[in-house]
This record gives sequence, C-alpha cells and structure tokens, in this order.
Amino acid sequence: MSSPSSPGPPSRSGALLLRFNNSRNALGFVFMLPAAIFLLGFLTYPLGLGVWLGFTDTRIGRAGDFIGLQNYIYLMDDEVFWLSVFNTVIYTLVASILKFALGLWLALILNEKLPFKSFFRAIVLLPWVVPTVLSALAFWWIYDAQFSILSWSLMKLGLIQQPINFLGDPFNARVSVIAANVWRGIPFVAISLLAGLQTIPVSLQEAASLDGATPWKRFRYVTLPMLTPIIAVVMTFSVLFTFTDFQLIYVLTKGGPVNATHLMATLSFQRGIPGGQLGEGAAIAVAMIPFLLASILFSFFGLQRRKWQQGGKD
Amino acid sequence: MAPVDFINVRKSFGAVPIIKGVNIEIADGEFVILVGPSGCGKSTLLRMLAGLENITAGEIHIGGRVVNKMPPKERDIAMVFQNYALYPHMTVAENMGFSLLMNGVSKLEIAAMVKPAAEILGLTNLLDRYPRQLSGGQRQRVAMGRAIVRNPQVFLFDEPLSNLDAKLRVQMRVEIKELHQRLKTTTVYVTHDQIEAMTMADKIVVMHDGIVEQIGAPLELYDRPVNLFVAGFIGSPAMNMIEGRLSLSDPSVFLTAAGTALPLARPVDAAKDMALIYGLRPEHVRLDASGIPATVVVTEPTGSETQVIVRLDEADLTLMFHERIDVHPGETLHLAIDTSAVHLFDKETGVRL
Ligand SMILES: Nc1ncnc2c1ncn2[C@@H]1O[C@H](COP(=O)(O)OP(=O)(O)O)[C@@H](O)[C@H]1O
Ligand SMILES: [Mg+2]
Repeated sequence: MSSPSSPGPPSRSGALLLRFNNSRNALGFVFMLPAAIFLLGFLTYPLGLGVWLGFTDTRIGRAGDFIGLQNYIYLMDDEVFWLSVFNTVIYTLVASILKFALGLWLALILNEKLPFKSFFRAIVLLPWVVPTVLSALAFWWIYDAQFSILSWSLMKLGLIQQPINFLGDPFNARVSVIAANVWRGIPFVAISLLAGLQTIPVSLQEAASLDGATPWKRFRYVTLPMLTPIIAVVMTFSVLFTFTDFQLIYVLTKGGPVNATHLMATLSFQRGIPGGQLGEGAAIAVAMIPFLLASILFSFFGLQRRKWQQGGKD
Repeated sequence: MAPVDFINVRKSFGAVPIIKGVNIEIADGEFVILVGPSGCGKSTLLRMLAGLENITAGEIHIGGRVVNKMPPKERDIAMVFQNYALYPHMTVAENMGFSLLMNGVSKLEIAAMVKPAAEILGLTNLLDRYPRQLSGGQRQRVAMGRAIVRNPQVFLFDEPLSNLDAKLRVQMRVEIKELHQRLKTTTVYVTHDQIEAMTMADKIVVMHDGIVEQIGAPLELYDRPVNLFVAGFIGSPAMNMIEGRLSLSDPSVFLTAAGTALPLARPVDAAKDMALIYGLRPEHVRLDASGIPATVVVTEPTGSETQVIVRLDEADLTLMFHERIDVHPGETLHLAIDTSAVHLFDKETGVRL
C-alpha cells in the first residue's frame, strides 16, 4: 500500500478516501463483492445445504437433527439405491456413446456441401430447442402401450403381431428411455462438433488428399485428432447432463417398472419429496457428486490440452 | 518427373468464367512460374492441376496422361500451400512423413527418407517440434520438406513466400531455386510478384483476367513484351508509357501529345493518326548535352543505382542510372534515349508494333 504524495495536508476523511482509492486491493475487493455474494448465495448455499441435509434426518415439515453418516449407512444396504446407481451408470454410458457416435456422424454429414444446408442445421437443433417436458410427453405417446405409433407402424408392416410393451417391461423400458435421451442429446453434440469441424482449415484436408489419404484416412489422421479437444469438452458436458437426467425419466416411467429405470436423480427426488425423507433424498443426491467429479477429472487430466496446441517453445 | 500440358483449359464457377481457354506446355524438369495480378486465376489453374478443382472444359496432361478425372492422390504431385497447411497435431517429422505413411511405407523406411530431406532443408534439429513452435521461415521449409520427401512427378507452389518478411523471401527464393537445380523436378510456381518470377523461372507465364498474355523466358518477356499488359507488369520500376502518335513528316519520330519529338530506331509502318504508346524502360536513357530536356522532380539514390523522376511535358518518367549522378529537383536533365530498346504499342489494342 502506498500513501498518497499529495502536497499539503488534506482533511482526515479526504485522506482516508484517497488512501482507499489508491489501494488496488481494496478497490478490487469492492468490485468483486457482488459476484462473490452472487456465487455464495446461489451456488454454494444450496450445495452446502444439500450436503448438510444429507447428514440429518430432516423430513418435510420437521427440522431434523444431525445423525452423522446414518443416511449413507442405510443406503449401503439399500438394494433399490444400488440398482439406481447401476441404472445411472448404464444409462449414462450407453446414451453417451450413442450420442457421440450419432452426433459425430451427423456433424460430418452437415459439414459437407449440402443443398439446403442451413435448413438441415436448423432441423437438427429442434429436439434440443423443444422443452424437455414437452418432448418427454411426445415420447410418452410414442411409447404408449396401446396407441403407440411405433407399434402401429410395425404392425402395419407386418413385422410384429401385437403392440410392444415399451415402458412396461424392464428391458424395453431401459432401451426406450435411453433412446429418448439420445434423441434429445444428439443436437448438442452434433452442433458443437460441427462448430469444431468448421475450425479445421479446408487446406489441411486438401493437403492430406494430395498426400494420398483416402477419405477414411483423412478422417482418422487429420479430422479426428484435431477434433479431440472439442470432443473432450462436449462429451464431458454430455456425460454430466445425462448422469443428472431427471425430467425424461420422471415423465416417461417415474422410475418403473420395478425401479428398472430409476436413476439416482429420480430416486433422490422420490425419496425426498413425495416420500418426505428429505435427509435421505439429499444423501442420494450427494452420492452423485463423486461420480460427477470423477468424470470431470477424467476429462481434465485424460483429455487436457495436447502438446501440439500449446504455443511457445518446448 | 513429368511434362505437364494445359490444352484449352477453361473453368467457370457457376456462370462466371474464371479461366478462359489456357494453353501451356511445360517440359519435363522445367521451372515454370505463373504470374499475374491477384484474382487473375493463377491459384484456380494450379488447383485444377492438383485435382482440387474440377475442369470445366479442355484437358490437363501430366506425363502424357489426361488427368481431368483423376483424384488428387493418384496424380503424384506435391503442393506447397500459401498458408503451408501443416498438420498442427503432428511433429515436423510426422508432417514430412505423412504422405509416405499414407502410401504404406514402413515406419523405418519413412524415418530413413525423412532424414536426408530434413538435412537438405536444415530441419534436422526441429524434427520433434510441432508447427506451433516454428517460425514462419521454418514452417515454410517444413512445407517444402513435406513436398520433396515423396519425390513426386510435379511440385506445385502457390505463393509460398508471401507470408514471409522481405529478407527471408530473398533467401528462400535462392533456396527454392537451388532445390530445383538439385532435384530437377517439374515445378509450377504461382506468384503475383514479378520479381520472384523474373529471378526464379525458366519460363514465365503471364496471366491476366483468366487468359495467358505471354509465355517466355524471363528476359524474353522483358525485352519483347507482346502487349501493354506484359510491358507494364514485368520490370521494376515499371516501364514508362508515353501517349502520342507518329510524326506526319517522319515515321521514325514519335510525337507526344504535347508535341515533344522522341526518336525511334527505324521508320514505323503505321497509320499516321493511330494513337500509340511509346514504352521506355527506366534504364534505357543516358545523359547527353544534346538530348531532350526534362525537369527533375525527385531523386532516389539507393547506393548501387540512382532513380530519378523527371517531368517531360505533363508526364512523370522514372529513370534509372547505374552511376551516381548528382542532380537536384528543379534542375534540367538532357536525355538521350537508347532507341533500340524502345517499345511501341497500339494504344487501342495494346499490341506491340
Ligand atoms: N470457389 C470459388 N467460387 C467462386 N469464385 C471463385 C472461387 N475460387 C476463386 N474464385 C474466383 O476466381 C477468381 C480467381 O481466383 P484465384 O485463382 O484465387 O486468383 P489468384 O490466385 O490469381 O489471385 C477470383 O475472382 C475469385 O473470386
Ligand atoms: Mg492465389
């Protein structure tokens, strides 16, 4: 902190103000305060409260007491909880792989010279733009036990004899919710990867084709490596979204049949709100954190910026 | 190595004709430079040769074979792009060996082939670097290294030096020329810089607006430009162009618009009222007390030569003297013109007389 070198003795309060004005730290602190309060209030507080609730036996309408790890100890022996963990992992894994593969494929197609290019690009965004609840309701109809358009079409084609029990059978239900999630998640992946593809200079593809690379080799040796940084970011987000998915499941199956599609998020909600066990619901939600952290760390360390992207000398 | 022929080649983007019937013969091992102002279609022509643009009409031959429909990878040509187009995620060695890898050469052989190419270009110490870690000149060399490693039939260069600073450009000019003398691979080189063309080419193709204006050895174009465009494009400082017509009384005298008489080497057979252009290169003038008077406007001594701008009638002429002459603005110089080096053009058609 430097003291002002103004000529003549200023008044006491004036000197204080001057001192304050000249101090970069104090000023910086003042400027950051709104953002800090905002962050603390809206991000940290709910998270902190959630974690705290997980250590209590709070119920709806009754303030709880601290009970240590009891919620977690109880969950350790809860088969439904473990089933939801298993479901969540499967759901995330399968849906993410499908979204990646299909999204990349779509991005590559959209990156070609197509007629009506911007029209197709707009169409691709649709599933993402429609509110989840709305698209979930649409899928609910598509998967309806009696009026399903899918079953109807397949029956008309003579491929099946009776309607498929999309959401009533555990295996079918899992496949169905994953399909709905993939449908909804593809636009994000496809459009992000398309943006990535467009940052790759055309001359690199041309150079590669002059170097004797077939289209597949151009993809394998030029496009894909140059796309990995964006793939890493996009897929991290995609995994986080999928892992914490709630709306789709809640509208389509509410976790059924026999908990076959319960995800950690839906189970947490069900135990916490309709079930009234706020503490236990919070504990389930907190149990998601290690998984989420692991996937962030994986993308951070495993897929972090490549050496070739860094400028400067070695 | 292979000869290359363009036979009446045309190219349109949509309805817009860009290349309007180009004929060029390039001999095996020749270093040919396509030169012309920006936008005249040089890159388009080169890219057609590479197979990156399809051919609207006409034929392109490489090594005697028509390649119109042949995909780039089968043409066995290497191209150095203006922005180098190095693969950013590959090291220098990987960049240089990429074409070999694509053609199924083993890793061991690739290393053995990259090494001598890197030595030629002075890249041996940089083989493990990524393009991001290289200077502009080094990237330029890697791009060339990538081309020479495969020993292709034809090298293509598209303005390879335009991203370099002036000093480096002169140095690379020499290196590319040396490289060609060493490898003797047929080379087609595109530039808008006529100095590059003059200093490097065996043969220059001057292009303008999608057509070939003139093809010839550098000094041939300099000494006998077939039209006003070539005359104005080749040579630096540019040729002085003076408007006027022949004297009515003496067909070996040119009269400027203001009536000043300029000498011609011999009587010219042209209509007396035809509008003509008198083309005079800056260095084809001597000082002579009995010469034509002109007023000095600016002098620009460069050390090795002195450039003087003089005013003759209403026009400014650039003169170049290889000796140091001490003149000042406002003084009068008396000029004797080397009539054997004067060019005369029809103003209407631009054609040399
Ligand atoms: N892909 C394209 N589509 C439409 N016009 C093009 C395309 N490529 C080049 N052109 C046009 O063709 C002309 C010649 O371009 P180019 O060959 O790049 O010129 P140069 O290399 O001589 O500067 C320019 O007028 C340019 O606008
Ligand atoms: Mg060009």
